[in-house]
Amino acid sequence: MRKTWVGALAGTLVSLGLGLAQADTLATPSYTFDKPTVIAGAKLFAEHCSACHAVSSLRYSRLAVDLGMTKAEIKKDVMLPDGASYLQGMEPTMTPADAKAWFGLPAPNLSHIVRATGARWVYTYLTSFYWDPQRPSGWDNHVFPNVAMPNILAPWGGTYTKDGKVLQAGVEPKAAYDQQVADIVAFLRYASDPSVFERRAIGRYVIGTLVLLSVLAYFLKKEYWKDVHDKDETAAKGGDAKNKGAKKA
Amino acid sequence: MSKFGDWLNERFPAREMMREHLTEYYAPKNFNILYYTGSLLLLMIVLQFISGFLLMAHYVPTSKDAFDSVQGIMYDTKWGWLIRYMHVDGVSLIFILLYLHMGRGLLYGSYRKPRELLWIIGYVIYIMMMGEAFFGYILPFGNLSYWAGQVITSIIHAVPFIGPGLTTLVRGGAGVGTATLERFLALHAVLWFMIIAALIVLHILALHQVGSNNPDGIEIKKLKGADGIPLDGIPFHPYYTVKDVFGVGVFLAIFAAIIFYAPTMHGVFLERTTFFRANPMVSLPDVTPPWYLAPYYAMLRAVPNKYEGIILMAVAIVLPFFLPWLDRNPVRSSRYRPVYKTMIIVMAITFFTLAWVGEQPPLPKYFLIERLGAAIYIGFYVLLPIISSIEPTKKVPERVRS
Repeated sequence: MRKTWVGALAGTLVSLGLGLAQADTLATPSYTFDKPTVIAGAKLFAEHCSACHAVSSLRYSRLAVDLGMTKAEIKKDVMLPDGASYLQGMEPTMTPADAKAWFGLPAPNLSHIVRATGARWVYTYLTSFYWDPQRPSGWDNHVFPNVAMPNILAPWGGTYTKDGKVLQAGVEPKAAYDQQVADIVAFLRYASDPSVFERRAIGRYVIGTLVLLSVLAYFLKKEYWKDVHDKDETAAKGGDAKNKGAKKA
Repeated sequence: MSKFGDWLNERFPAREMMREHLTEYYAPKNFNILYYTGSLLLLMIVLQFISGFLLMAHYVPTSKDAFDSVQGIMYDTKWGWLIRYMHVDGVSLIFILLYLHMGRGLLYGSYRKPRELLWIIGYVIYIMMMGEAFFGYILPFGNLSYWAGQVITSIIHAVPFIGPGLTTLVRGGAGVGTATLERFLALHAVLWFMIIAALIVLHILALHQVGSNNPDGIEIKKLKGADGIPLDGIPFHPYYTVKDVFGVGVFLAIFAAIIFYAPTMHGVFLERTTFFRANPMVSLPDVTPPWYLAPYYAMLRAVPNKYEGIILMAVAIVLPFFLPWLDRNPVRSSRYRPVYKTMIIVMAITFFTLAWVGEQPPLPKYFLIERLGAAIYIGFYVLLPIISSIEPTKKVPERVRS
């Protein structure tokens, strides 16, 4: 019976561990989610995306706290749109009225987009645009039919038809381009969960302390329970347990 | 005892309570891992109270600002993410513990005479917890909160005669909005929480009146030593307090692993659609409840008619109240009842299958699973009185096995 329980507990813990290990990562390209990729992604995002898209929940100053960027670096590389304020959230230069006039609807706020759709979805979306002259913008997307956004990354990544034929090659080699898209996704993943690096950094110490306490508590429990087990073995009757209990109380 | 101790005890029965509930409360010595769940639930309620208090200090219950105030906790408040993840993941862990705690009651016949009232109070706590979780679920006002609020409050519409008026009263208006958030916050943080806390006190008092059951289902009070202490009983303190400290350590390590490394548990503990702002103009393709309420939702959907579905769901929730009287076998524990044990295993598998299918989109291919699951769930309670009176049992030993 005892073995069954230990087995069940071990099974639960292993499956829990596997669940934890299976993070929301990308299969292609091979990709690491760490501070350098997020910083690279932040710069690419500022260059290509933040003119239209807000990440309003994330203040620029958090990039210094979470990623270790310097204020000067953030001002130079990330706060490209005019009028951005270091202590405020990332707001676009395009006004909602402009967006309405140009694309028919405002560009979505991307603060929580990776939490809401997943990193894989965002990556696939960004790499699934194809040229469709029928659409007002000239662009459509395999995973987001009738998308309003044009493929602004086409000059770097290339223009494709619906069947995947190359209409015009991009200036970047495919591997480098895919890596850059992955970096942007990494930045958005960080933006929707900015505590991630802090959590990871202190999590092991918290768990380690608790495991240590559990080990100590286990030996304490074993010591206390010795007389219960002794009593079982000798099958002695009487109030051993009571005496011990009264003493400790 | 110290002078202060004497002074205190003349005015307050501290020593007496300590004896009655800890040092001279005799618990069976053969508790297994499932018996950690009670103390862990108590711990989790305290943690939810602390984290909830801190969250409420930053939360704004208006439809305009609720979502942003919660994101403010996540992005701009020092340790805000830790507090919120504790509170959100804590709910799922409480329900895991509750299901283990209740499953233990089923396995070892802990609901049987003289523990009927103990079981009923516990089951009321579980139902209250579902309400508490639902109110809390609406507060962050993501799009899922909004639509779940609309859908669940619309169930009240089915109440005869007063349904429509009651729905408006619960929502505080025609739809879910600021008035709903304000009253749900009041319910979540004050009324419901206080009722749950009071019921927990009653649950523990009722437990200490009848004494704990154990995996063998043997009444330890039947065999007492010359000193009047059950032969298989040991004082709760220090034996089980020290054992529970170990359980708390292991449990908190698992809790920390979730909070620090998988706080959304891949969308199971914190759903993806809660990260979109509430928007009455954008309906969700399918509004599914959190995993711990999904079995009932699956049964609700198993019947195509709304009223019949609600009745089925209500019956499913009410049936466990009658468990103490539906089980007619003289033996308590499933250890000595192979047929009953099989029934419980089938029931557990059914319950978690229903939880899984309740999370799936409402597609025809799942109807069969939903209906089969609902039939097995109801069938368990219908068949229990018959099977329990004819099933074969093994010989129950005199003393507990350690």
